[in-house]
Amino acid sequence: MANDWKVRATLKGGTTTLKALITHPMETGLRKNKKTGKKVPAHFIQNLTVEHNGKNVCQADWGPAISANPYLSIKFKGAAEGDSVKISWNDNKGKSDSHTVKVAVPK
Amino acid sequence: MKRRTLLKGSLSAGVAGVAAAAGLLTPQLVMAAWPKAAFEAKGVDNAVNSLLGSSSLTASSDISIKAPPIAENGAVVNIAVSTKLKNVASISILVEKNAQPLTSSFNLASVTEPFVKTRVKVAKTSSVIAVVKSGGKLYSAGREVKVTIGGCGG
Repeated sequence: MANDWKVRATLKGGTTTLKALITHPMETGLRKNKKTGKKVPAHFIQNLTVEHNGKNVCQADWGPAISANPYLSIKFKGAAEGDSVKISWNDNKGKSDSHTVKVAVPK
Repeated sequence: MKRRTLLKGSLSAGVAGVAAAAGLLTPQLVMAAWPKAAFEAKGVDNAVNSLLGSSSLTASSDISIKAPPIAENGAVVNIAVSTKLKNVASISILVEKNAQPLTSSFNLASVTEPFVKTRVKVAKTSSVIAVVKSGGKLYSAGREVKVTIGGCGG
């Protein structure tokens, strides 16, 4: 699955702000296909994890009520410039993906 | 004989795994299991009870929810939750009038600031509720979001 990730982790004043935009349809399972009249099967992210240098920072459980192409922002302490931040998810169809970025300091 | 014991050991571990999947253990212990019942629960109380094991919420003015007062498109509503409460273990976001109120729940580590920003679907004008678990207690705050177009269409 070709996924576009837009992820940024910026360090400012000891706090790292992570902003992530994930490409995912987030189907609720309630929407109907207008042409066929059949329901579009549910397809949404269930688990999402954010790790800083392999340590869990945030573990989220999501339902279908998160908007399509989910956006997420969290803040955490203890990171230094160049540290790796990894986001990974898996959805109700058993698919998963992950993306790693380096912590950057804005110039 | 050793192989036997090993087999037995792995078998009982398998049983524990099944018990966890069936929701016999508390969700806090089984982080990887998705709390299906909580997400399918109808009504805020049922969802919170299923997710966090209690539905006794204390209203708190230390929780701030940033949300648009009027959402033109209910499919994408920006919600930011932050709190001054200490030792925050989790933040959950619920939309009261959605058929399934629970949208998401974030378990935070100790280095993580009690701040979460995301986008949720709001079916119709409703109160958006944030539930914060802090020091074993549940605190909540709500904020009204008016929706002018339906949000469940996707």
